[in-house]
Amino acid sequence: MAEASSGAAAATRDKAGRPIVAVTGIGLVTSLGVGKSDNWAKLTGGVSGIRRVSRFPTEGLKTTIAGTVDDVYKDYMSPAELSERIALLAGEEAIEQSGIGSKGHFPGPLCLAPPPLEVEWPARFKMDEMAAANDDAGYHVLIRVAREYAANFGAFRFGIVGERLAEHFGTEGSPISLNTACASGAAAIQLGLEAIRRGECTAALAIGADGSVTAESLVRFSLLSALSTQNEPPEQASKPFSKNRDGFVIAEGAAALVLEDLAHARARGARVLGIIEGCGEKSDSFHRTRSSPDGKPIVACIRNALADAGVSPDDVDYINAHGTSTPENDKMEHLGVATVFGERIKDIPISSNKSMIGHTLTAAGTVEAAFTLLTLEHQRLPPTINYKVPDPAIALDVVPNVARDAHIHRAISNSFGFGGQNVCLVMAREPA
Amino acid sequence: MTDRREVWITGVGLLTCLGEGLEAAWNYFERGEPPPYDAKTFAPYIVHPLPAVNFDKQIPKKSDQRQMEMWQRIGVYAAGLALGDAGLAGKPDLLDHTDMIVAAIGGERDIAADSAIMTGMRRAEKPAAFLNERLMNDLRPTLFLAQLPNLLAGNISIVHGVVGSSRTFLGEEFAGVDAVRIAQGRVAAGQSEVTLVGGASHGARWDHLLCFEFDGAPLKDKFAPVWDRKPEGGIAYASLGAFLVLESPEHARARGARPRARISAVYSGRNRRTEGEIEATLRQQWETIKPKVNRAGAAVLSGATGIEPATSAERRVLEEVGLPVRNTGTYIGHGIEAQFAANLGIGCLVLEHGALVPPSGSGDAGESPPSLSQLLVTSVGAWRGEGLALLERVN
Repeated sequence: MAEASSGAAAATRDKAGRPIVAVTGIGLVTSLGVGKSDNWAKLTGGVSGIRRVSRFPTEGLKTTIAGTVDDVYKDYMSPAELSERIALLAGEEAIEQSGIGSKGHFPGPLCLAPPPLEVEWPARFKMDEMAAANDDAGYHVLIRVAREYAANFGAFRFGIVGERLAEHFGTEGSPISLNTACASGAAAIQLGLEAIRRGECTAALAIGADGSVTAESLVRFSLLSALSTQNEPPEQASKPFSKNRDGFVIAEGAAALVLEDLAHARARGARVLGIIEGCGEKSDSFHRTRSSPDGKPIVACIRNALADAGVSPDDVDYINAHGTSTPENDKMEHLGVATVFGERIKDIPISSNKSMIGHTLTAAGTVEAAFTLLTLEHQRLPPTINYKVPDPAIALDVVPNVARDAHIHRAISNSFGFGGQNVCLVMAREPA
Repeated sequence: MTDRREVWITGVGLLTCLGEGLEAAWNYFERGEPPPYDAKTFAPYIVHPLPAVNFDKQIPKKSDQRQMEMWQRIGVYAAGLALGDAGLAGKPDLLDHTDMIVAAIGGERDIAADSAIMTGMRRAEKPAAFLNERLMNDLRPTLFLAQLPNLLAGNISIVHGVVGSSRTFLGEEFAGVDAVRIAQGRVAAGQSEVTLVGGASHGARWDHLLCFEFDGAPLKDKFAPVWDRKPEGGIAYASLGAFLVLESPEHARARGARPRARISAVYSGRNRRTEGEIEATLRQQWETIKPKVNRAGAAVLSGATGIEPATSAERRVLEEVGLPVRNTGTYIGHGIEAQFAANLGIGCLVLEHGALVPPSGSGDAGESPPSLSQLLVTSVGAWRGEGLALLERVN
């Protein structure tokens, strides 16, 4: 703590005397494409990655659109395989930019937000066929051929994505696979941030990846009335903060951030892309899928993040919204930010990347943190597209439809998930 | 970090086949009765189911119970026991800043609905359309919430009011070890004052057994203590829930809470599991922890699963270490993500009684030291992940 007030060390410790955590590498894969330059060009160009699902027949489904990563998907990839693949692409891009470590050795832990995995329908049907049973189907039948199935097609394993990524990147220690529903990606960054602050490591690889668009995932969210059913035209379905918004669009994507102790980054001459200044959480005990109507947990979450970063609401120049395009989320998020920022909220631009890339679920927090860092780097605000019918109850500057340049030093990114999960990240440009 | 502080365990919640709470488990061990397992319901697989549980005691609203599947009910119940044991239950001012890390598996299926879909698919003329139609019609909306791994934590927030923060770790045994490791690290570093950590597993299910039969892991045909399941080895999966309250001494003293034990170190590691690698990781962990161990008052509480070669690899290292050893898995079975927290909870009990539980199986060795004050708690995952914790009596 003592050195925080003196000389060179002061520049790499925060007000609380903790190591400042820099981002030195960013990788991105979304429905807009592979790689951050392509993604950034399209995101600021207002391009939508939402399209008709072509991966499987959508006959009989209410929602038939998604933001799938079609540039990466190959036939018969399971959600585990696709999530691993896009995580790997994002991770490689981030590590290459960072220049940290050496090939096959990343000097820190892996903090991963993967989708929850389970045995999928194609595997169940294949096993039932292999079992050739005369009695009714069921798991007691599938289990008879499970070992034979595994011998031919590979075994199902819950921790497979983290294990394979840890092996590929050579991260240190046990890989963490974290799930806090739609806040997972932000929580993965928080895990890395906290580990560096504890002094356990000088770097961490945070990855959020979700490649789990299947018929059942569409059905599950449909049954909770969470998805937009405005299938035509697909690119106009995700319309956060609009009066006619009717649900989110499910999507896939991955992002990776190399988090690094600023002192370590400077010592090796790495380019600092931005700073993770703080993170806040607050759980909501009101309901499994809905926010407390008073907005208190969201307000507490954002305030916790600002307090952790040691800044005030007046210090925030831009908000990367959770902005899912569901009637519930956008209303509650507006209440939350209006409460925290007061009258000033009218002057703080707040836009939703999900208007273009959809809701990348467990990856969303990492993907949107990556976009927020690019927003700070390029001093250009990505728009909220499809903003044609403003919701009069939500008076916000959503950067409507067209990107614009801005002078911003600090931004927050919100992530809220089922199960009362709220996480907020505070990010800023490199301190002088 | 030089400014680290102690971390106490101030609450334990345990729900296993031995019953509810620590004393039930202790009494069962002491009576020396055979382990309670079920070899019939899922024959040839052997599981450790729970005795009848009155979930109303910890989850008073039936509407809440209906929103959960069994693994969540077990976890919410065990979490409630831990909060009650720690003196946090029903105290909103404390629960408001109580953090939570849950290790979870999720994915509990609607077996009836899935079975009907698989049966129908055998004769479906348009397979994809048939699947879409059946999923739209047969899946219960609430089932999705029972499948989401983080909804165990979500239900603990709703039922018990734990709302400081909530994180869920996935990935079998090592998720359980890392949940405790990070909870301990956060409290030690001042990032949290009090954290509820643990998990739940509902092993007595066909869909659950299927996930592990790909590797041939479930124990079949004949029960034996975990050390004596060679050559094939096998895991008797359990339905169990286990939660711990980890707390800073300052926070505990301020509210008049007493420590059951101190959790001084937690290590986790991974390797590719080629021959000799489990042993190498365990030896490295032991060498790291050894300077803190007073051999005269120390013993090992092993989380060995019964699977091979992991169980024999752990046994070789424990024989080198040479401390007295007891396992828990023979009695409580294996609850995967929840097992490490369960064993730490049982470890608290052992330290409080100052005596090891009776040996069960050929790998349990040595006598209880006369002044037992330290326990090394192990976790060697069935497929991946090696973990070790040091639990100490607080004088």
